[in-house]
Amino acid sequence: MTYLHNIGAYFIMIKDMFRKPTKWSVMKTLIFKDIDDLIMGSLGIVAFISFFVGGVVTIQTALNIDNPLIPKYLVGFATRQSIILEFAPTFISIIMAGKVGSFITSSIGTMRVTEQIDALEVMGINAINYLVFPKFIALMLYPFVISIAMFLGIVGGMAACFFGGYSSIDDYIIGIQTDFIPFHIAYAFIKTFAFAFLLATIPSFHGFFMKGGALEVGKASTTSFVWTSVVIILLNYILTQMLLS
Amino acid sequence: MIEVKNIHKSFGDAHILKGISTTFENGKTSLVIGQSGSGKTVFLKCLLGLFEKDEGTITYDGNIYSELTSDQKRNLRSEMGMVFQGSALFDSMTIAENVMFPLRMFTKQSKSEMQDRVDFVLKRVNLPDAHNKMPSEASGGMQKRVAIARAIVNKPKYLFCDEPNSGLDPKTAIVIDNLIQEITDEYNITTIINTHDMNSVMEIGEKIVFLKDGLKAWEGSKENIFITDNKVVTDFVYSSELFKKVRKMYLKEHQ
Repeated sequence: MTYLHNIGAYFIMIKDMFRKPTKWSVMKTLIFKDIDDLIMGSLGIVAFISFFVGGVVTIQTALNIDNPLIPKYLVGFATRQSIILEFAPTFISIIMAGKVGSFITSSIGTMRVTEQIDALEVMGINAINYLVFPKFIALMLYPFVISIAMFLGIVGGMAACFFGGYSSIDDYIIGIQTDFIPFHIAYAFIKTFAFAFLLATIPSFHGFFMKGGALEVGKASTTSFVWTSVVIILLNYILTQMLLS
Repeated sequence: MIEVKNIHKSFGDAHILKGISTTFENGKTSLVIGQSGSGKTVFLKCLLGLFEKDEGTITYDGNIYSELTSDQKRNLRSEMGMVFQGSALFDSMTIAENVMFPLRMFTKQSKSEMQDRVDFVLKRVNLPDAHNKMPSEASGGMQKRVAIARAIVNKPKYLFCDEPNSGLDPKTAIVIDNLIQEITDEYNITTIINTHDMNSVMEIGEKIVFLKDGLKAWEGSKENIFITDNKVVTDFVYSSELFKKVRKMYLKEHQ
């Protein structure tokens, strides 16, 4: 029953997110602040992880190809497919559920605990629109982060080839161009937009409706990370089945 | 005038408010007193519409709150100011931004007009130089004064204060009490203060409502609280020896 109640409350929150909009002059500032906090603030860690995971994918692929009949360009091909189809949109989103999701839950949860949300509501402000909508808009730039993750993942793979000698740069470049299907990029970005929506709303829900004190803010952050990850993984499966099968 | 009729509120099996009725007159300061857990905060949050009451009606100047449209409720709420127990200042904003916030949200004033109003109210609460401080850099007393400034900046008709001097030293608590009383008189605001601080009871307020276990146990004027023989009230208000002596002196003087 609690799960059903929470699912219902989540969808009501999403509906309320678009009701009684906050004055544009105020909303604009909030959106820019959230773009800075959620998008710009995540670029460093996403770039770092993407570059090195791209390298690891390349090394592992190369080390597992010991049949001389398999062409060396397969390393680049496998890296590209792994990075574009799964690593960048899904794996990075799980990381973002930890980084951005915890930030959203704890910041909104702290506002709940310290009655700042009550203060907004007493003033007649739609607190859900004021707090959640700017995060939703900011995270619509999330595909930009994922593009960088894709690019750096592939560059990381190329660097691993170059420094580790697993294949030549020419073979790697041939590999990343082989059998390229543009729809795979569309598929990755469709997933990214869906995950961006989840990253903005599930942590906000856990922060907004939390009860208790500082300890519960920590618990809400953990719960929010778990649920965001679970829903991302489930949606990933459903979208993949729908779009690629 | 705020009229409350037969308000009930429960959370699960816990029946917190058990049918409270009272009125709060315009331009006056009323105190809601009672022990911790007596239902004061729930009562105040029901008045503000932060909690949905289970039964009863709340009327603001003839308008029944539950019958208002959401736009009317929003307009009414923009006429309310609230000072929370923990001040509830927005910690990502400076003190000036906190005070300016209701003006940015609800008025079409130019930046300079808003700035002038913020300067005025911050001066009014004796914080003329605190504009650029963050709430975390302000003391408890300062935070309460900023909360009062934010509550009155948009010239509200109703001011609600939830234990405005909790956690403050006695001297600062009196300053905050007096400030609320002065502001109420100056701007003809209807003010309701939740408190269990007996100094506040003695210092300010024209009407007192005493809650016990979710029921209104007594109501009357500040003068009446000295002469009442209601045991529930006297046990609570005159629990300390000092206040017992104060009462004795008052009764001697007015015999």
